[in-house]
Amino acid sequence: MDTISDIEKGSSLGRDAWVRLKKNKMAMFGLWFFVGITLVCFLLPLLPVLPDPNATSPELRSLGPFSEAVANDGTERFYLLGSDNLGRDIFARIVDGGRVSLMVGFIATAVSLLIGVVYGAVAGYVGGRLDSVMMRVVDILYALPFMIIVIILTTFFDNSLWLLFLAIGAVEWLTMSRIVRAQVLSLKEQEFVDAARSLGLSNGQIIFRHIIPNTLGPVIVYTTLTVPAVMRLEAILSFLGLGVQPPNASWGSLVKEGADRMISDPALLIFPSAIFALTLFAFNFLGDGLRDALDVRASKD
Amino acid sequence: MIPRPLTALAAATLLFAGCEEERPVDRATREGILLLGNGDEPKALDPHLISSVGDSNIMRALFEGLVTYHPSEDATHAPGVAERWEHNEDYTEWTFHLRDDARWSNGDPVTAGDFVYAYNRILHPDLGSPYASMLHLLENGEEFNKGEIDDFSQVGAKAPDAHTLVCTLREPAPYFPDLVKHTTWLPVHKPTIEKFGNMTDQFTLWQRPGNHVGNGPFMLESWRINGGVKVIPNPHYWDRETVTLNGIVFYPLANNFTEERAFRDGLIHKTYIIPPDLIGYHKAESPEYIKLDPYAGVYFYRCNVTKAPLDNKSLRKALAFAIDRETIVKYVSQAGEQPAYGVVPPTEGGYQPHHGVEFDLDKAKAYLKEAGYESGADVPEFEILINTSESHKAIAAAVQDMWKKHLGIEKVTIANQEWKVFQTTLRELRYQCSRSGWIGDYLDPSTFLTMWRTGDDNNQTGWGNPDFDRLLTEAANQIDPGERFAKFREAEAVLLDELPMIPIYWYTQKYLLDPAVGGWHPLLLDNHPYKHVRLDPSKIPSE
Amino acid sequence: MSTPAYILSRLAQSVFALFCIVTITFFLIRLAPGGPFSEDRVIPPHLVAKMEAYYGLDKPLPVQYLKYMGNFVQGDLGPSLGNKGHTVNEVIAQSWPVSATIGLVGLLIALAIGIPVGVFAAARPNSKTDYTLMAVATLGICLPTFVIGPLLAATLGLKLDWFDVFGWENSSAWVLASLTLGLYYAAYIARLTRGSMLDQLSQDYVRTARAKGVSPNATLFKHAFRGGITPVVSYLGPALAGLIGGSFVVESIFGLPGLGQHFIKAATNRDYTLILGTVTVFASLILLMNFIVDVVQTWLDPRRKLGA
Repeated sequence: MDTISDIEKGSSLGRDAWVRLKKNKMAMFGLWFFVGITLVCFLLPLLPVLPDPNATSPELRSLGPFSEAVANDGTERFYLLGSDNLGRDIFARIVDGGRVSLMVGFIATAVSLLIGVVYGAVAGYVGGRLDSVMMRVVDILYALPFMIIVIILTTFFDNSLWLLFLAIGAVEWLTMSRIVRAQVLSLKEQEFVDAARSLGLSNGQIIFRHIIPNTLGPVIVYTTLTVPAVMRLEAILSFLGLGVQPPNASWGSLVKEGADRMISDPALLIFPSAIFALTLFAFNFLGDGLRDALDVRASKD
Repeated sequence: MIPRPLTALAAATLLFAGCEEERPVDRATREGILLLGNGDEPKALDPHLISSVGDSNIMRALFEGLVTYHPSEDATHAPGVAERWEHNEDYTEWTFHLRDDARWSNGDPVTAGDFVYAYNRILHPDLGSPYASMLHLLENGEEFNKGEIDDFSQVGAKAPDAHTLVCTLREPAPYFPDLVKHTTWLPVHKPTIEKFGNMTDQFTLWQRPGNHVGNGPFMLESWRINGGVKVIPNPHYWDRETVTLNGIVFYPLANNFTEERAFRDGLIHKTYIIPPDLIGYHKAESPEYIKLDPYAGVYFYRCNVTKAPLDNKSLRKALAFAIDRETIVKYVSQAGEQPAYGVVPPTEGGYQPHHGVEFDLDKAKAYLKEAGYESGADVPEFEILINTSESHKAIAAAVQDMWKKHLGIEKVTIANQEWKVFQTTLRELRYQCSRSGWIGDYLDPSTFLTMWRTGDDNNQTGWGNPDFDRLLTEAANQIDPGERFAKFREAEAVLLDELPMIPIYWYTQKYLLDPAVGGWHPLLLDNHPYKHVRLDPSKIPSE
Repeated sequence: MSTPAYILSRLAQSVFALFCIVTITFFLIRLAPGGPFSEDRVIPPHLVAKMEAYYGLDKPLPVQYLKYMGNFVQGDLGPSLGNKGHTVNEVIAQSWPVSATIGLVGLLIALAIGIPVGVFAAARPNSKTDYTLMAVATLGICLPTFVIGPLLAATLGLKLDWFDVFGWENSSAWVLASLTLGLYYAAYIARLTRGSMLDQLSQDYVRTARAKGVSPNATLFKHAFRGGITPVVSYLGPALAGLIGGSFVVESIFGLPGLGQHFIKAATNRDYTLILGTVTVFASLILLMNFIVDVVQTWLDPRRKLGA
């Protein structure tokens, strides 16, 4: 076995890719922004500096940034980015909403990654009749009405955030599986797979140890592009009122509320959508940079 | 190949920029066409198959009842198809005398038989009319509607001759003329209905433009699904001299924000509603457009009394007394609503609502103790259920935070459900606390109280109280208006003592109205008779 | 497999997929709580039962399914349960042109902006122009349509008064709707074009052309463009399907009587027949687009062509 796994080991391209990535300024900006915003959203709430994002003071509604005000019950409040329609702290809500949105992004992407990669790899590797059946299933799922499914799931599992992750992940894996399948189709004809086969590895071992690792490039690229796509989808669900449960916020729900109050209270749109757009921006450039760095051909799907 | 669409787009831009000289709404004002935002797409143009407020707005243009709404006075009954009417001593028998010149839009005379036919149709169980219960007041009406009797001649609606209609009621109803203004009491044209199907067919083509026959001041010109319903004056209408409009377009504008933009863009004369968060903006920018009129409706939180922890009456009281309603109406709902301390709005024909709850933290805390909780932190987790909407969401977040701030109740969550899911959850009593609203059908306290009877379909709280039921029955059999209201007040007191519902505020009607629209006065039921609405070109703002 | 046989089998697969989608949807929507006849006020159960019986909804599900499929095969989608007096066929016939118009115009806008921007950026990879163009294009993807829509309405519609902000008949709101849809897809197409152009420019046959002394511009347009556009062509199918099917947000924002709005309303009204009707249209569209893309792709791909 030792010899086989020694032979199996390939040379790492990671270092080369990293060097190339570092040269791409936009991608590096994307990477650091992503790291920064994640740290802020997940760590800042642990420190006792943020006000409760759900604490209302309706009498202090729609205040501008850097406002200090005293609520009717005598508590002093300081609004870094101003207050919303119920006198809640916009900054605290953005941080809190960011946690939800990023978590939706990560978890749904992880779900789609897991299903999509395995499904696509199996379909592509086994090929033939199974492949065509599996791909028709994907076609069918593509054309199913998403909204109905979400409503039905909502009632079965009670409206929860977990359901949201699941629903979104369940939609996003379809494209992933197509990409992986296309990769695998071209990979399985290559010499190293024959080599692995001649070493006596089982199909499972070949798929998981050789095929999937070699699809890593496009998968990584597509993953960085899935996170923003998922976050957008979450926002659209918020537009339909199917997203996160009130009074909690997500960036999607904050942007939606802001868009509604555009004329009366533009700050409610500007701050959340700026941070939302910047994050998506960062992810997209990171994805592009990774594609260039890993030298991944544009996928055909 | 590439620049072509671009040039096309540029050309389109110039084209549209060029012809935008007069605002569509101003052109419509000159032409006498009223453009109205009207909420959702109508389910039907058949008075017996609809139940929403928006749909009934269209019905009032296309049909006319025995009695109609007065353009400015809620208490006045304007004669419609009936010229005059009288009742017997105990208000159980009403005789309507129909005018000779009432005509359908195809020229046929409107007769008492048309009304009897309409009552037969709406009450017929095979039609499955959603709102048939409005006619249960007719003697044997409920029995016929439930299929317990098959013979309609036993129901209390008779036409001794073509111009006399006699309605016999199962209990005294001094407010009966108010009731027959409602869409459910409108007549339908028998030959038209039966030309396109059976009397009880739900799906027939009689409601289509070209087929539709009504007896209202207007008749159907066109109907495009999700695109608008247009009506034009009915040349056979008896009071056609009063009608000055040349047409009305009812636009289905379900998205309130789109509707508000359409108004600012000069595309409609009136919005159906205005989102709460834009009220402040319009009050500051264009106070002459915004209207906030009292409206006969109550916004409240239902409590499911069959489920812990809200099966505890004292806890319900603690919650009710810890809601700062002044703050909610002033800063959250913002449309000049009145904080509700009782169930029946102060709009129902001089009825004084019982003052049963208030915002009083000492009492709230005392009730919490009485409920068996040392502090709010001990109250077990429960959920406020809302249907998906920004304004319900804001109010729920405010209420939840008030309970937390004032009583220390921490474990309250909010869940929103899509409308039909929400209705099902309510009906099956699978909720704990839920947002609700009720709009009166006519101006009488009974429209707000009868729903709380034990086992009423619209009760949906599991609550029931024999005293309450008895008081309502006693009130229903009272002839003297003062005695009647006294009984209602007693009943309301029982309800407010047990609080299966926690009142929050009494509604206002909030909308934007173009100054060129005349004859549009505040009305408690918001049922405006379109024949009195005028468009005044002299009020068009000059550029 | 010969070409006609391939096309035939692909077609058969698509028809089968459509059948599956309709079947799944038929049974799936019945799982959602509430029915087409529940209203704001509670309707007594005996009346709901009458209405269900009228539309044949009281029969066992398999019986309803067979009856529905029988009519479906003949092109009859039944009466709409939520729009009394209108058949689903009529509703679709009325709303289809609306969605198709804004979808197609949106696609044209997307292509007219997206492809030139992508090609331009790819011609100068990693330059300032490239970064700026891509940054602007990416912004288009980052803002949800429900932000872009109201923003366009507020600026082009209300401020500049070039277009109406609502309505279909005698209204120019469809331009704003198409623009809102188009801008998002323009951004996507720009990025896609840039990526695949770069990919093509590094291919052997392009390098050969360059080595033969073909000018850079000629290489870009004559050689790389054809291959570089392939992914965009494959994307057109999903894009058009997405533009038309995903237009419900835009239709709601501009109050357009299109299919997307019907779909959402049918879903919230539990208008079973209309849900099935709109799903059928959307699904056929997606399947048709995928089918066309498959066929066209074989024709466009220079490598496959070389092999043929």
